[in-house]
Amino acid sequence: MKHTVAALVEDRPGVLNRVASLFRRRGFNIDSLAVGTTEEAGISRMTIVVDGAEGIATQVERQLDKLIDVVVVENLTNLETVVRELALIKVAARPDQRREILDIVEIFRAQVVDVAPTTLVVQITATASTLDALLENLRPYGVREMVRTGRIALTRGARTTSLPHESAEARRFHSESGRRPEGELPFVTE
Amino acid sequence: MTMMSGADIVLESLKHLGVDVVFGYPGGVVLPLYDRFPAHPEVRHILVRHEQGAGHAADGYARASGKLGVALATSGPGATNLVTAITTAHMDSVPTLFITGNVGRELLGRDGFQEADITGITMPTVKHNYLVMRAEDLAYTFAEAAYIATTGRKGSVHIDIPKDVFLEQAEFIWPDKIEIRGYRPQTVGATALVEQAAEIINAAERPVIFAGHGVILSEAAEELRLFAEKTGTPILNTLLGLGSISPDHALAYGMMGMHGSYWANHAASNADVIIALGMRMDDRALGRFADMNPTAKIVHVDIDPAEHGKNLFTLVPIVGDVKVVLGQLMEHVVTNSHAEWVRWIDDLRNNHRLSMSVPPGEEMTQQHVISKIAQFIGPEAVLTTGVGQHQMWAAQFGNIGRPYQLVTSGGLGTMGFEVPAAMGAAVACPDRAVWTICGDGGFQMTFQEIATMVDEHLPVKMAIMNNGFLGMVRQWQELFYGNNYVSVAMSQPDFLKLADAYGIHGIRVTDRSQVDQALKDAAAYPGPVILDFRVEAEGNVFPMVPAGASLSETIEEPQKVR
Repeated sequence: MKHTVAALVEDRPGVLNRVASLFRRRGFNIDSLAVGTTEEAGISRMTIVVDGAEGIATQVERQLDKLIDVVVVENLTNLETVVRELALIKVAARPDQRREILDIVEIFRAQVVDVAPTTLVVQITATASTLDALLENLRPYGVREMVRTGRIALTRGARTTSLPHESAEARRFHSESGRRPEGELPFVTE
Repeated sequence: MTMMSGADIVLESLKHLGVDVVFGYPGGVVLPLYDRFPAHPEVRHILVRHEQGAGHAADGYARASGKLGVALATSGPGATNLVTAITTAHMDSVPTLFITGNVGRELLGRDGFQEADITGITMPTVKHNYLVMRAEDLAYTFAEAAYIATTGRKGSVHIDIPKDVFLEQAEFIWPDKIEIRGYRPQTVGATALVEQAAEIINAAERPVIFAGHGVILSEAAEELRLFAEKTGTPILNTLLGLGSISPDHALAYGMMGMHGSYWANHAASNADVIIALGMRMDDRALGRFADMNPTAKIVHVDIDPAEHGKNLFTLVPIVGDVKVVLGQLMEHVVTNSHAEWVRWIDDLRNNHRLSMSVPPGEEMTQQHVISKIAQFIGPEAVLTTGVGQHQMWAAQFGNIGRPYQLVTSGGLGTMGFEVPAAMGAAVACPDRAVWTICGDGGFQMTFQEIATMVDEHLPVKMAIMNNGFLGMVRQWQELFYGNNYVSVAMSQPDFLKLADAYGIHGIRVTDRSQVDQALKDAAAYPGPVILDFRVEAEGNVFPMVPAGASLSETIEEPQKVR
């Protein structure tokens, strides 16, 4: 079973390493991992899709939450959510096939974002299953290259995930420390 | 505004944390820090002979005192030599702080001389780690690191500092309080769960307590005793939980697990309610998970929520500090005696006591020597061990009766822990005798620290169980690999000459009749002592739960294993 877990993490050096290291060490299978900034400065949101039994999702949540740089973890699997994934698909298209492909693209409410004499690049934003279905339909023409962002998700309605309070001093330390200072550094060797 | 160097900030920070001793080893990148030690005489630096020794010493210091243990090493090989010690301490939730230097910031990531990506290396084996890139962040980093190491589920924290950060000038500002939005340990148990747990405990017919290291770490031994007495619940200990209750207490039934007693393992397997306190449901303590008393209702109190349900299904998972939660439970549990159940375990103990007794006869067995040592030193001393047969016998016969008495590597099972950890314990507890039971294998891994003991006047008594074998490996080869002994017999140096080389006292004991006198002589000698006990070569530790078996399959005699 697939579980979708959202983690709000401190945007600090090494945080992705910590999360990746944890998944490797505990043997959790990552289906997809998407990371990006959020409405809150200094906080990134990781959306992680994990494959495994029910108990795995709980362990993933709790082990993630143990990381100091992980602020909040939420299992979205059983919540009402909007889930999307974006893909860019470079499909082979001879001029005589272009019309057929455009029909498929339209049916899936995808867009063509690049046209070349022998290829098209199709962009789609949809759920993973819609995306898979589009892919199936494009495959006969020859999919030359493809990239997917991995799933991202938000809960529906007014509900949001709130962040615990932290003092300004702590805030400053957590957002600034650990980074290489700007400008020239002295060349010090032993 | 007083500016000072990063090195001074580090030492000033340690003083603010109440750290009065650091076990360390210098090297190129930490020279600016060493340069400032003389200006801060409140922080004693103990020069070890190997960084692993510094790490285990900090660990032993923390385990024997409950205080934060601190070790320091240089970059590259100095730092990587700490890794075993960092992992050992973290696996057993020991509050420790590891400080390493690194190459200058400008050289980081450019494979400079003695550069190792040590924060990358320690990441999965610490509670948290830091690479400090500005001197102005040092004080806050130390305050936060110590807070993380000593609160919640305690553990190792590592701070890596580039050389030029030690040299950079900054203002020393110590934070008034630490706030981390990603770290909010929950110490008080949820009321509804506490009430539910109390209901289950009150309705129990055959309850049993699994008391783990968490009871000691949260200083809840007294609460444990009161709770057990009120509810009439027998107490079993994990290896690291030994000392949370006196073995003389009527409800104390000793260690459970792979080399636990027959009665403890059967009590665990026959209980209808298990109250697990500050323990992490380890395979060595529980045997095969699937058959670990599948019908028992489990109430699990642990400060780390990730431990709930990790290995076993838990009916009532209570996140909280054991000491606090036991206080909460006390208000809801009723007085009980469970006389019939207690008698059942007592009968079991009476009928099976032989399988955990010192073997009769004239042979000088490890069981005999270790129980003699335990009787001789008493519970006020610190007893340290290495890992293997002697460790299990120390658990069985060590008569561990108070928290912080036993210093042993449980989770990681680190051979070579015995000598440096005992050294750390001796620094932490100058008023207590410190004895360490050593394997002849483990002793040879880290005995270089004897030189440190000599320098620092640490009168550790090292009792080597010299059987010429890696005993536990040999036992497994005998029992599970058809007597096929491979790479398990070892030659030893002349330990008395070794003692001589270090200028300490050495005593060889070849016969049972010499044991008592040897212990007296060792205790009377004012410095470190090596005791070379030529023990039985091929003794086996029993009872035993064979690897992969359940606790109810505990075996008491060797022939039944085959």
